[in-house]
Amino acid sequence: MTTLLEMKNISIEFPGVKALNDVSFSTETGSTHALIGANGAGKSTLMKVLSGAYHHYTGEIYLDGKKVTIRSPKEAQELGIQIVYQEVDTALIPYLSVGENIMLNETVNDMGKKQFVSWKHIHEKATDILESIHVKISSKTLVSELTLAEKQMVIIARSLVKQCKFLILDEPTAPLSHSETKELFRIVRDLKSRNVGIIFISHRLPELFEVCADITVMKNGEFVCKEKIAETSQNRVVEYMLGEKLEEQFPKYHGEIGDHILEVNGLYDTGMIKDFTMHVNAGEIVGIAGLVGAGKSELCKALFGASKVTAGEIKIKGTTAKIKDPSQAVKKGLALVPEERRKEGILVQESVAANLTAASLGKFAKVLSFLDFKREKEVSSQMIGSLGIKTPSQETRVQNLSGGNQQKVAIGKWLIADAEVYIFDEPTKGVDVGAKKDIFELISQLAKRGKSIIYASCEFSEILGITDRVYVVYDGQVAKELDTKSTNEEELLFYSTGGK
Amino acid sequence: MSTANPEVQQKKPSKKGFELFDFLYKYGTIITILALIVIFSITSPAFLDGGNIVNILRSISIVTIIAIGITISLSVDGFDLSVGSTVSLTNAVVISMFVWFSQNIFVALLAAIGAALVVGAFNSFMIVKVRIPDMLMTLATMFIIQGIALTYTKGATVSQNMIMPDGSFSTGTIPEVFSKIGQVPWIIIIMIAAVLLVHIFLNYTKHGRYMYVIGGNKEAARLSGIPVNKYKIAAYLMSATFAAIGGIVLASRVMTAEINSGAPYLMDAVAAAFIGSSVLGAGKPNAFGTFVGAVLIGILQNGLVMMSVPYYAMDIVKGTVLALALALTYYKKK
Repeated sequence: MTTLLEMKNISIEFPGVKALNDVSFSTETGSTHALIGANGAGKSTLMKVLSGAYHHYTGEIYLDGKKVTIRSPKEAQELGIQIVYQEVDTALIPYLSVGENIMLNETVNDMGKKQFVSWKHIHEKATDILESIHVKISSKTLVSELTLAEKQMVIIARSLVKQCKFLILDEPTAPLSHSETKELFRIVRDLKSRNVGIIFISHRLPELFEVCADITVMKNGEFVCKEKIAETSQNRVVEYMLGEKLEEQFPKYHGEIGDHILEVNGLYDTGMIKDFTMHVNAGEIVGIAGLVGAGKSELCKALFGASKVTAGEIKIKGTTAKIKDPSQAVKKGLALVPEERRKEGILVQESVAANLTAASLGKFAKVLSFLDFKREKEVSSQMIGSLGIKTPSQETRVQNLSGGNQQKVAIGKWLIADAEVYIFDEPTKGVDVGAKKDIFELISQLAKRGKSIIYASCEFSEILGITDRVYVVYDGQVAKELDTKSTNEEELLFYSTGGK
Repeated sequence: MSTANPEVQQKKPSKKGFELFDFLYKYGTIITILALIVIFSITSPAFLDGGNIVNILRSISIVTIIAIGITISLSVDGFDLSVGSTVSLTNAVVISMFVWFSQNIFVALLAAIGAALVVGAFNSFMIVKVRIPDMLMTLATMFIIQGIALTYTKGATVSQNMIMPDGSFSTGTIPEVFSKIGQVPWIIIIMIAAVLLVHIFLNYTKHGRYMYVIGGNKEAARLSGIPVNKYKIAAYLMSATFAAIGGIVLASRVMTAEINSGAPYLMDAVAAAFIGSSVLGAGKPNAFGTFVGAVLIGILQNGLVMMSVPYYAMDIVKGTVLALALALTYYKKK
């Protein structure tokens, strides 16, 4: 007997953003349904609504034509709707055993007046569930000893403790290796044959086409279409995902492109980056295009010495550079504007001036390392002026600035340091439109001065707008090298979703 | 998130609507000190005597010197709990160099500082390389060094003419000039020099700025190209060095090496450094604040003694003051 799930006219708003606008979605048990859309399309939000993570949405949800209320995770679980989030670690308790984690909900909610835990019951039941999906993990292993893929399976097993009619998997394959993905698909098919309805969110088209029966495409918080996988093609789905987008204003200086400045040959890091080869010339802006989780940030960090490089070679101006940590990278003329601004890029408690000089304090030191406060003041106020940082004074703490101005501070730090190769990792994330334009302008100016730029982003319109050449990244590897002038968003998306 | 207009946000502090909490945060410590001075000078007129003021400064000097070391470890977002034991160890080393081995003052001082640096090196290795959290590691070191100091002195007080294990008397003497270190004015001069030196180091040099950057956001510091590990190592070595100076001054003051002589100083020093973080709204560990914190504790102790509060009740007051200071710091952080 199949159960029909329908979500009708779902809308949800967050401060300043309409995340979902009148979205309808339907699927049924015993089938696998793909949900796809570009970043920010609202896939995860829609599924969070379904799993009860938000209570302030409007619209209705029906099970078999009967209206149900889902305003809390508990209500969703009681209806048999379970979700496995992408960040598996947030859902597990690492120093408890697999069995305890699987049976967690029961221990928390269904103990009633019982005060003592029955270990036998926990491990027996957990083992049963693990066996039922043919997963070979001992119930007594500690979760902290598991691999990421195994943790995911533990969470799936947990969702099977109670009745499970619908299982939502939010980008489950992003962190998995090829063979682990295969194993996950086996479980998905297994569950499907047990009449569980799977909703599968992913960026990777080939996977969706392999394992799913239906596909729903979303864009900018709206429903686009629902099709049968058998009756559509990857190219068509890409077209649906894109639609048209607002043209943004990009400065376009085609600077003089010079010699190779940075060359990367067969770079590997400890997991994500595999056999990465690229080069950047003087005065050139090179894009690293890829979806979230494709390995862009990992690449940036590996280049900058901020994560461990296990194999491969980095050459700067033709000579091999050994970069073991960021301080060596800075000496070799590299600069990184990291993605997680507040966590990695700026010092929120410090003044604008202290932030701007943090990467080049040596320039402001006199005899015996005493700081030249006058020069620090001069240079930082000059930088505040030339970048148009809106701040009451250079003594203002950076936490009081807006996101765009914080980002300008994070960039300005490296302008004072005067590097040769600038690596930008999602520099426009959380930045308003005006500041975005300033940042693009700034990057072009750098290229014009003959600096080499690496621009990593999942916003393809930006990649097309600002870069000269682009490497499309998929699963930690270069999927394709493209000339920006002769490519389009469709092609970028095609390669970054694993198309060949 | 801070998407709001910066101009609007900036108005908050300048708005003269009296923000009691902000005011307390910035000036609470200093107001408390002034209030205590007024209260104590009314209740016991001798409190404001020049002699008593020198007495207070002398009594806080060792605590201040040790607290300055803790301040440096706090500035890189570390925490050195092993300084108390390091004080005991250096105290024992310097006295034993004189008494047991009849060494001159230079050898004695170098041996003490050397011993402390070994402790600092051990701490920084375990924290930076093995990556044990700072407080847990220095807690372990605290016990280890306490034990080493006890073992070294065989659980006895080291003093001139002490009875050695073989039944003879020790022959070494402590030189006259060494005893000067622990006397006024030198003891106060050493303390003030330590405060000034570290204040200048942390606020006016490149290295000090780096340390605060590391303390503020380790990851951002690393990605700015600051050699984080080197500075952490330096911080622990400096912290140990100041503990050694504290131990030497203590040795000179009492001219013996009691067992666990440094232990009582640890908590006072920690309290001074934490109280100091909020002085004048610095919001981070700083040398001047630490000095003010030590003054607060010193005045409290001195005044309470004058008011004939029994010594065994003193810790209640000190602990309460520390709790209040921490409450100011952490409540603010929210």
